[in-house]
Amino acid sequence: MGKYIVRRLLMMIPTFLGATFIIFTLAFTMPGDPLAGRCGQKPCPQNYVDWFRSFYGLDKPFIVQYLVYLGHLFTGNLGISNYTRNTVVHELAIRYPTTLKLALIAVLCEIIIGVTAGIVAGIRRGGFIDALVTVSTLVVIAIPVFVLGGLSQFAILKFNLNSIIPVTSNGSWRSLILPGVVLGSLYVAYVARLTRTNLVENLRADYVRTAYAKGMMPARAIGLHAMRNSLIPSITYVGASLGALMGGAIITERIFNINGVGSLIYRSINQRDGTTLVGAVLVIVVIYMVMTLVVDILYGYLDPRIGHE
Amino acid sequence: MKTTKVAVAGALCAAFALTLSACSGNNTTTPSTDTGSTTATAAATSITVRGCTPQNPLLGTDTSEVCGGNPLDASEAKLVHYNTDNAAPEMDIAQSIDSTDATNWTVKLNQGYKFQDGTEVKAKNFVDAWNWGAACDNAQINSYFFAMIDGFNDPTGDGCNTAATMSGLTVVDDYTFTIKTNAPTSNLVVRLGYTAFAPQPDAFFADTSQGKTDFAKTPIAAGPYQIVTNDDTQIVLKKFADYSGKYPGSVDQVTFKIYNDTSAAYNDVVANNLDLTDVIPSDQLVGDIWKTDLVNSDGSPRWGTANTGVIQVLSFSPASIDPQLADIRMRQAISMGFDRSAVTSTIFNNARTPATGWVSPVVDGYKAGACGDNCTFNPQQAKTLYDAAGGYKGTFYIWVNGDGGHDPWATAVCNQLKTNLGMDCAVKDTPDFATLRQLITSRDKSLTGMFRGGWQMDYPSIENFLTPIYATGASSNDTDYSNPQFDSLLKQAAAATDASQANSLYQQAEAILGQDLPTMPLWYQNSQFGFSTKVKSVKMTPFSTFDFSSVVLN
Amino acid sequence: MSEPIDPVSSVPDGAQDGLKPLAMPSITRRSLLLPKAPPPDGGVTSAGSAGEKPRSLGRDAWDEMRHRPMFWVAGALVLLFLLIAVFPQLFTAKDPTACSLDMSRLPPRPGAIFGNDFQGCDIYARTIYGARASILVGIFTALLAALLGGSLGTLAGYLGGWVDAVLARLADIFFSIPMLLGAIVFMAFMPLPPSAGMPQAVARIVIVLALFNWPNIFRLMRASVMQVKPQEYVLAARALGAGPGRLAMSHIVPNAMTPLIVVSTIDLGGYITTEAALSFLGIGLPSTVVSWGRDISNASGLGLIRNAPFMLLFPAAALCLAVLAFILLGDIVRDALDPKAR
Repeated sequence: MGKYIVRRLLMMIPTFLGATFIIFTLAFTMPGDPLAGRCGQKPCPQNYVDWFRSFYGLDKPFIVQYLVYLGHLFTGNLGISNYTRNTVVHELAIRYPTTLKLALIAVLCEIIIGVTAGIVAGIRRGGFIDALVTVSTLVVIAIPVFVLGGLSQFAILKFNLNSIIPVTSNGSWRSLILPGVVLGSLYVAYVARLTRTNLVENLRADYVRTAYAKGMMPARAIGLHAMRNSLIPSITYVGASLGALMGGAIITERIFNINGVGSLIYRSINQRDGTTLVGAVLVIVVIYMVMTLVVDILYGYLDPRIGHE
Repeated sequence: MKTTKVAVAGALCAAFALTLSACSGNNTTTPSTDTGSTTATAAATSITVRGCTPQNPLLGTDTSEVCGGNPLDASEAKLVHYNTDNAAPEMDIAQSIDSTDATNWTVKLNQGYKFQDGTEVKAKNFVDAWNWGAACDNAQINSYFFAMIDGFNDPTGDGCNTAATMSGLTVVDDYTFTIKTNAPTSNLVVRLGYTAFAPQPDAFFADTSQGKTDFAKTPIAAGPYQIVTNDDTQIVLKKFADYSGKYPGSVDQVTFKIYNDTSAAYNDVVANNLDLTDVIPSDQLVGDIWKTDLVNSDGSPRWGTANTGVIQVLSFSPASIDPQLADIRMRQAISMGFDRSAVTSTIFNNARTPATGWVSPVVDGYKAGACGDNCTFNPQQAKTLYDAAGGYKGTFYIWVNGDGGHDPWATAVCNQLKTNLGMDCAVKDTPDFATLRQLITSRDKSLTGMFRGGWQMDYPSIENFLTPIYATGASSNDTDYSNPQFDSLLKQAAAATDASQANSLYQQAEAILGQDLPTMPLWYQNSQFGFSTKVKSVKMTPFSTFDFSSVVLN
Repeated sequence: MSEPIDPVSSVPDGAQDGLKPLAMPSITRRSLLLPKAPPPDGGVTSAGSAGEKPRSLGRDAWDEMRHRPMFWVAGALVLLFLLIAVFPQLFTAKDPTACSLDMSRLPPRPGAIFGNDFQGCDIYARTIYGARASILVGIFTALLAALLGGSLGTLAGYLGGWVDAVLARLADIFFSIPMLLGAIVFMAFMPLPPSAGMPQAVARIVIVLALFNWPNIFRLMRASVMQVKPQEYVLAARALGAGPGRLAMSHIVPNAMTPLIVVSTIDLGGYITTEAALSFLGIGLPSTVVSWGRDISNASGLGLIRNAPFMLLFPAAALCLAVLAFILLGDIVRDALDPKAR
């Protein structure tokens, strides 16, 4: 197990460096000048432009910029945002708690709704509930999230529920419920389907048949044997989606005015704030890689048939 | 199972449809009567206002956009204050600003005017601040605002002073200083109310951080509110107890909450989570939805409108990029070929007023109709002119930035040009404002047709709508417009010592634009704003900022 | 799927880490797609048995599917949408770009059954013509991702060794960047040339979406090839002297293709939604191209929904139906190909 983890960690290095290079290249060779729209309808004064370019190191050749960036990276310095003049570490630090809260609500929503729906559908396979779950999850996937978000806001305002569930967020748990549910609904569909498929598969498995044959009550057979094995993939999936959600949700954050990582990324693209963009994406890449590893290890732990050696 | 699936699929799609149609059923949503967040203690009154992330340190000389400008505006006092109704300049810190020749000016200050740290505002606080803001070494965005002061040395046209000081500024005594301009500048008094001309306290000069960024985090100014905290989610301003001027604030605390999206701010105001928003999303204007959302339980409105000094134009690409537009008849045909009022009424629900010239009605010197027939919808004559000019070959593009909600009106204009002139017109939206500005300032060869321009006045003068945009070689002259007669009228107007004479000369200059059509005026922007049930008597200034001296709690 | 990541494709798959390709059952739908039995339509078995033709997996699946009404419904819908995309003029005589402000937001009525949009355009005509761009994006992204991921996956799975290691790392890099995020950055990185028409606009989205989705297909194909490679019929073909190229092309690839086709069909729907999301952010198709995504985002302001919900309803319903049709079809084919799920 230890050797496996070490190997996996080592393999992250080239992936990480490759991702850095790609994102850095994209961010700093993006057409458009951070100063083009900075001074409104007027062009920025030349002295300001010169100062800006030298202050943020934009006057150096691209490859030098990259090497300087890498150098700073290893000391934990992600640079300074050219939009707010704060350090990128600070920009990320103030946004991560919000994004994390949002991700947790979405994940909770996946577990409660998704797993339940999947289990019900799996047990009542072929029934109305099964059809409802299958199709409604597909319909949710087919509706773009901005339509879903807009409609949910509309419904809240229409029924005067705003004092209970605010339509936009100020970063508090309560205000993140609505966006969390909207965001989670995208994953609910997958969780439900995954749970159902695995449950159906396991219910037909030999050991469940054996349990039935031994005269075990159906509820016990399902609960004890089928359920435990069927939930492993769902749990792993939910864990993986947490990793993905921690990368921020650009559209949802925008609709609900959430000051999270997604809106930070969107702003840094629009404002050509390359340093912030690269910093934010790199953190996402790292979180993602670590989550992948954790999930794989967890999977091996939960399912003893899988060994890592 | 199979048939059930089909049935359920159908039912769900139908349910989706029903949800949507239910939305249309009732437009007269009664506004929420919830007052949960409005229980303010009697001791301290506070309001929240929509804000956005400032792009530069909060310094008058380094702030040119509204996100930093709005909080700064509430915290600063300047020599001159603009009337919140008509934008006319009124003396504030200055007791008088006099000149006999529009070149040599004497500024006398009111005594006892205090900065928020208790120090007194003196003549050197202005002179030193201006010298600092103009100097190239300090790289301030607004350095070029000082270019009219004698001694502003800018050999390379960078828009900043290569020397540390300007000889045109002299401190006479603690409460008097003189300004010598390098050319007659009749509207100097009007200009001095702009944020770049704010005084800075001694604490500012004592700050040793690069670009005074430490000071600029929570700057000390002389206005009615002091910026006490400034972070990424909000900027909090507290009433300055020892404020010396004539325009004190009303509530004790004003908090600018940072929003990324104006729709979110609007929803919060509807829901009483936010007290003031200065922007109503354009889709809420349609069918006057916003007016039905923003109503108090007694039926009184929670919304208002204000005329603001903003004009929207479409600029014709310079002839060097699009030679087909060199023919004046082509430009006339396009300007006459669409119905401004149809667009403002349908797309903006009359939240914009069709423009008849290049100067906003809110400023002194405005005269309607400078554009004349050229801006009057006349499809027959437009078609005649268009054919006479030989028609436009290829696709005619209207360029807008895709992130500003400009697509609907641009599409409407395009559709009308297609119908009325028979030209092949298409809207090009760039991903963001920066990209559009980049194409414009680099005179990109692909930028044929017309591109959007919006101008928000810096100071309320007819001059601000003409000189920076249309004078030969001016900084914002995106169309490379050049007309010696126009330039000479601007010079004469600037030199005129009599205000009405100056205005009349500026109006003559504007009339020349009406003949030359370097750009095509679209509409004057009116601002719409909304407020919560908690506040009343909300007023917006011609600069689209809230008048914090008038707003009170219910 | 219109959120930053495609939830399924983002699921880390233990089998894909390049260490132990098949030691771990993958936890996603992919696991259900791997060929469960050596398909007998490969060279060896057909060479041996000329007389009775064994029932192939494909035949089996077809028999299963044709008894399911849902297959016919989804199939018919897909065909209908394809027909609309290719010949929109068969379905409406109106010009989707002929619009007049006098007709702005007129509700559905005889003569304009879907009503008119904000600009006064006929919504029915726009919904019909909008199918083309969306479906083109869906189909070509699926094709390009399948081509890219499929060929690289075959290479990696077949050759193994350092080729596999390099390709797997490359896939990891693109896999670790969430799709919508990557798409937004790439879109900003390659702005559309001003002269570009619809083909270029579609091509740009296709390239960007495929660039961030090929790793899914790559992993799938790689695992699939690795599983097929040691099968007896492949070994037999090799023993009979088939060269590596021929071996890969005529024995391994055809038998490893099935999961790829199914996943691509299901993903296709997701690409259509993602295109709409990009248009919502203002960086998808330009407004000159009639597309569902653009029309939906133009109609999705809260104020507009409340004034004229039909503006959003019809393009959104069309998109919903098209995505649903593709996903359902893929789903049914998957079920049919997977004997265990029956």
